[in-house]
Amino acid sequence: MNTSQQRNLIQKAGFGMLSVVALLTVLPIVLVVGYIFYQGLPAISFEFLTGLPREGMRAGGILPAIVGTIYLTIGTAIFSVPLGVAAAIYLSEYAQDNLLTRLIRLAIINLAGIPSVVYGLFGLGLFVLFLNFGTSLLAGSLTLSIMTLPVIISTAEEALRAVPQSFRVVSISLGATRWQTIRRIVLPESLPGIITGVILGLERAAGETAPILFTVAAFFLPRLPDSPFDASMALPYHLFVISTQVPGMPLKLQYGTALVLLCFVLGMNLLATTIRSRARAKRQW
Amino acid sequence: MVKISIEHFHLTYSDGAESLRDITIDIPARAISVFLGPAGGGKSSLLRALNRLNDLADVRSVSGQIRLFGDNGQTIDILDPQTDVVALRRLVSMVFARPVTLPLSIRGNLTYGLEVAGMRQNNLLGEAVERSLQQAALWEEVKDRLDEPAAALSGGQQQRLCLARSLAMQPEVILLDEPTSGLDPISTSKVEASLQEIKNNYTIVLVPHSVQQAARVADHAAFFLQGELIEAAPGPNLFINPTDKRTQDYVEGRFG
Amino acid sequence: MKIFISQLFDKERLITRLIASAGYSAILFVLLIFYFLISEGLPALGEVSLHSLLGTRWYPIEEYYGLLPLISGSLMVTLGATAIAMPIGIGTAVFIAEVAPRWAREILKPLVEVLGGLPSVVLGLIGFLILSPALRVNLNLATGLTAFTGSLLLAAISIPTIISVAEDALDSVPRSYRDAALALGATEWQTIWRVTLPAARSGVLTAGMLGVGRAIGETMTVMMVTGNAPVLANSLRMLFMPARTMTATIAAEMGEVARGSVHYHVLFLIGIGLFMISLVVNVTASAVVFRQRKRSERILS
Ligand SMILES: Nc1ncnc2c1ncn2[C@@H]1O[C@H](COP(=O)(O)OP(=O)(O)OP(=O)(O)O)[C@@H](O)[C@H]1O
Ligand SMILES: [Mg+2]
Repeated sequence: MNTSQQRNLIQKAGFGMLSVVALLTVLPIVLVVGYIFYQGLPAISFEFLTGLPREGMRAGGILPAIVGTIYLTIGTAIFSVPLGVAAAIYLSEYAQDNLLTRLIRLAIINLAGIPSVVYGLFGLGLFVLFLNFGTSLLAGSLTLSIMTLPVIISTAEEALRAVPQSFRVVSISLGATRWQTIRRIVLPESLPGIITGVILGLERAAGETAPILFTVAAFFLPRLPDSPFDASMALPYHLFVISTQVPGMPLKLQYGTALVLLCFVLGMNLLATTIRSRARAKRQW
Repeated sequence: MVKISIEHFHLTYSDGAESLRDITIDIPARAISVFLGPAGGGKSSLLRALNRLNDLADVRSVSGQIRLFGDNGQTIDILDPQTDVVALRRLVSMVFARPVTLPLSIRGNLTYGLEVAGMRQNNLLGEAVERSLQQAALWEEVKDRLDEPAAALSGGQQQRLCLARSLAMQPEVILLDEPTSGLDPISTSKVEASLQEIKNNYTIVLVPHSVQQAARVADHAAFFLQGELIEAAPGPNLFINPTDKRTQDYVEGRFG
Repeated sequence: MKIFISQLFDKERLITRLIASAGYSAILFVLLIFYFLISEGLPALGEVSLHSLLGTRWYPIEEYYGLLPLISGSLMVTLGATAIAMPIGIGTAVFIAEVAPRWAREILKPLVEVLGGLPSVVLGLIGFLILSPALRVNLNLATGLTAFTGSLLLAAISIPTIISVAEDALDSVPRSYRDAALALGATEWQTIWRVTLPAARSGVLTAGMLGVGRAIGETMTVMMVTGNAPVLANSLRMLFMPARTMTATIAAEMGEVARGSVHYHVLFLIGIGLFMISLVVNVTASAVVFRQRKRSERILS
């Protein structure tokens, strides 16, 4: 065998090994998602989705957890979207390259890295105790908002920066102010990208447990919250509770709850990806 | 009559090189002035100074004085930091080398400048659309598709749309930086014809994309070389009878 | 055109102010988080001696606040996860960026994104119900709830981070480097190892660091599958025994402590530790800039 054949053989073996590694990454994902669907689907029924939990959560539905998660997601969006998008606009359209801007970027990187349980501690310290909101949807939404902020800021900034600079120059040369340029040209053009980022950020918030452990979550609260100051059940925490904290839990309910949470999160993911690819196909620049 | 007077103007970009040195020149009203010269001479930089678009570039410093004599008798000190740049840019409009249409409809592009200036009346906007398209010789081609995206037009049409977009605002001065550099000869002649037609009402400053174009359209011409104004003269003179050797070499095609 | 625009300018100024303050708010939040962690956590240093904090016993009911078992637990689980996730994550990134045909890339990338989006409780559930019994039987352990189980799941959690950062780094290696190597007769495989990966090494290292950061901060998954026994990890054997991480400790115990108690303060102290770790990891990682972000498009001319 000459060296060139040998080299080709090595290359083949190497590429084969890499594809095995890649398979090793994605196969478990497919299996896990498939398995949860397989085990969880039988649990899904009208009562399961719209009923209150009964018999110490061992029967009945998970409506309060579903509603709690929806409220939390909406609450998080209310605080984090305007703030995050505005911050992204600042970084992309206004900020000069100076010390302050570098500090802001450092802060965002730092926010993105803080462990979720530390957000929980912070939310407990500031919102629950210091501001006296109690364990409540409000305290949880605020905590999740700050956690989501870096995701929204960085994806929105990327979307804004993708808008060609020439549009801005032309708009300004036509006598538009900076804000008019942003509102009439830059924002509409980057909107799909921003929405994608927002959904991806909220997706993460919806699936998180640690930040709501001490700020919102009620172990067992078989009714719907009716004010932002109410504590509430939430899907991820409920799943944690019924899978590790309550003995004698029917497996079906655990997988059913996991499936609902998964659908919630994957649905958001799918929505985000669809918006992104649609907008890319439509774009003229 | 002088429209813009430039005196002892210097411009330095943040890389430290002085890109324009001691430029003094008057730009006459209601005529076509051309700035010509080889690449890197500072023509674009000077053009962008006239409506303060240089504010968006990495400019370290400018000095000297540039004054605009408005039709209403007002004098605007263009370089003064206090000057209202938005108002200035409505008086001094720019057409760029690459036809950049905004991601709007054809109509949206034309009314953009007016809308950001606060004009809401649909009838006035409609009039402006038709008038400006007529002036840019584009009306017949697009009158039935005003609501289509501007990006769907051909390159030549887009550039005439950009000219129309400037005209729609009824500015007093129109700056054009090599507006025909990417166009075919037919589109080029259409643009040149429009310029000839509108020059009775507007002050036009053009950076031509060739000496031939300069010679065709110039009422006044100025030759720039490496940041300096070498020579300025009424239209044909600069081409027929240049006083400076460098100008002569350039217009006769010996470098550039 | 004579239009009165001073009115427009006031609005402009107000909006600019609002947008700028949104930008500054990021700094404010970091400071707020830091302040609340400090104000609730620092008192612990006055209430518990440093000697006890560095002890090997964590048993708050009897006022044993030795942090070493928790720190060593976090380290062990995280190192285990890193050892698994780095080769797989970087291998997959290389596959996606350099080897995979288009169609494979188009399947792989969304799937990796799905993995990144899986809620940690869902992974925890799978770990608890399926992975840990399987490990117990196959490795013949007393319990399947071990540090190693946590490492496996944390690897799954940090892999998407590693892949996306490493892939970006590989993508940003100029095409010309590769072409030059190929033109000199190197095979694609040699080009990857001798040219592309070395050129992207700072980015790939950053990927690893961020993966570690992601793993060390993960809470719910480890809490569900590591058995939560706060014992000091002093030998490799401990990897296959129950362990307890810093994050799991906070999550498990914060719900039951009284505000202002010693236990409460110590849990916040652990939070300060986690905050500091993430600060160091992320700031170091961000210093490695492998993607030129500067907008260099000159004004139209
Ligand atoms: N935005 C900028 N930042 C830094 N330097 C610049 C910038 N724009 C132009 N320059 C420099 O200023 C000098 C003059 O450039 P300018 O574009 O004004 O010349 P020009 O005469 O228009 O050339 P061309 O015929 O190539 O368009 C050049 O040396 C150029 O490198
Ligand atoms: Mg130029």
